[in-house]
Amino acid sequence: MNILIIQSALELGIIYALLALGSFISYRTLNFPDLTVEGSYTLGAAVSVMVTLAGYPYLSLLAAFAAGAVAGSVTALLSTKLKIQPLLAGILLMLGLYSINLKVMGNRANINLINQRNIYSIFEGTAFEEFQTLITASLLLAVILILLYFFLKTRLGFVLRATGDNQNMVRALGTNTDFTIILGLSLSNGLVGLCGAMIAHEQLFADVGMGIGMVVIGLASVIIGEVLFGTNTLFRRMIAVILGAIVYRFVIAIVLELGMPSTDLKLISAIIVAIALAMPVIKNKMDLARKKRANLRGGQGNAEN
Amino acid sequence: MLKIKSIKKVFGAGSINEKTAVNNVNLSLEEGEFVTVIGDNGAGKSTLLNCITGEYIIDEGQILLDGIDISYMPEYKRSQYIGRVFQDPLKGTAYDMTIAENLAIAYAKGKAKNLHPGIKKNDIKIFKEKLSLLNLGLEDRLNQKVGLLSGGQRQALTLLMATIVKPKLLLLDEHIAALDPKIAKKVLHLTGEIVEKQNISTMMITHNMKAALDYGSRTIMMHEGQVVLDIKGEEREGMTVETLINQFGKKAKHELKNDRMLLSK
Repeated sequence: MNILIIQSALELGIIYALLALGSFISYRTLNFPDLTVEGSYTLGAAVSVMVTLAGYPYLSLLAAFAAGAVAGSVTALLSTKLKIQPLLAGILLMLGLYSINLKVMGNRANINLINQRNIYSIFEGTAFEEFQTLITASLLLAVILILLYFFLKTRLGFVLRATGDNQNMVRALGTNTDFTIILGLSLSNGLVGLCGAMIAHEQLFADVGMGIGMVVIGLASVIIGEVLFGTNTLFRRMIAVILGAIVYRFVIAIVLELGMPSTDLKLISAIIVAIALAMPVIKNKMDLARKKRANLRGGQGNAEN
Repeated sequence: MLKIKSIKKVFGAGSINEKTAVNNVNLSLEEGEFVTVIGDNGAGKSTLLNCITGEYIIDEGQILLDGIDISYMPEYKRSQYIGRVFQDPLKGTAYDMTIAENLAIAYAKGKAKNLHPGIKKNDIKIFKEKLSLLNLGLEDRLNQKVGLLSGGQRQALTLLMATIVKPKLLLLDEHIAALDPKIAKKVLHLTGEIVEKQNISTMMITHNMKAALDYGSRTIMMHEGQVVLDIKGEEREGMTVETLINQFGKKAKHELKNDRMLLSK
């Protein structure tokens, strides 16, 4: 594996960490299986590319966040106010957003940003040019991590986190859980939209199909991070999720290095997530088998005595 | 302070399973009154409580709390005035958050949910003080996740959370029924202490006849969706578990069906 591949995996991992934090909010904090991600990721990229083409690359990040947040809030409204099942509400948004994303991109399936000033070109012409993506993405991620962490430690953040644990309790203590779910999904999909925008700037194009598989990637990052780096405290958990996103990118890079065609990537991702999700069950089974064996051996030993 | 005016709650209206769970109940609670509620399985005790909390919306009648009509107020808004402890110990707390964070959510009841820090230094002192009253050693475990606590500890914590901001009305729905006898006794004792100390108007559903008479100042018995017995003062003083069961037989015109009630005297 050469240094360029490592750098690229690291860059992508850091950008995808935003997607992972978004998934962390919906899946873990709100306990809401949110499929909107596939659409809001592309929406963020599409909006950002259009705003960047109009000459405002940095503003485009805010626009992408806002667009993603609106998408998330619609899913939340469908689920809370109209009682549509979370999975189904997400699927409806995913479907509807496909058309909206095409509209945003002016009915083109992809738009490139070649020869445009983008968010990473801030260091152009300086000594840092080679690492401009890495530096910009890391800074942004650090700011968002800190803001999100402190947000989750406010009164509002507390009720948001409690909503995923126990909606009964939140209502019994005087907070409208519809409100916290809308807020949480907006925040989550806002981050996902931002991630889509940053990826579009990194690869220099937005494509209407770029969101496919993002739910799985987000979830994979969360699970890998939690399994490898622990869930003790909130901060540790958030760091774990970020590291999970980076590890995931390295796994993909290694798989590609081994000579797998890139068209197999989605299959690999699906398999990784299936394994990660099955991990607790597999671990239990193995523990049980070990105990059984130990007991049998112990039993025989006793019989001999 | 609480006025329930001929409320009715029907489940599955129009279907063959139609059941009138609460049928024309009138009830009035004085400020600081502690009412224990007993009755058969399916008598409508929990439904009555859930109509007050807003988990169910009543079909007929009116519920007034301190003169405010709460009949159609959403559950979360009523909760500003009402403290609750559920039968299921898992229902009252957030398992993946720490004891301190759970208390902080309860402590912020009625305050704006904004970007104010969730826990301040001062709060910790208050939480420790309140937790030490429970006598469970929880004051030294503030930063542990609630998921690590036993059912009894969680229920005691829920009781504290329901009363840390004094509610106008405290509703306890068989809150000790799922606990083992020793800790159940303790939580019941704590309940009596907290309610008395803060003079909170309280309704407590229990299947324990002895507890129903030992605690509180008034006892009502429900049967088939109606209040069939309502005793307080001298009449209640002279009541024993046996006479209460007798009274029930007369009112309900049949033997008490609730085994748990009979067994737990």
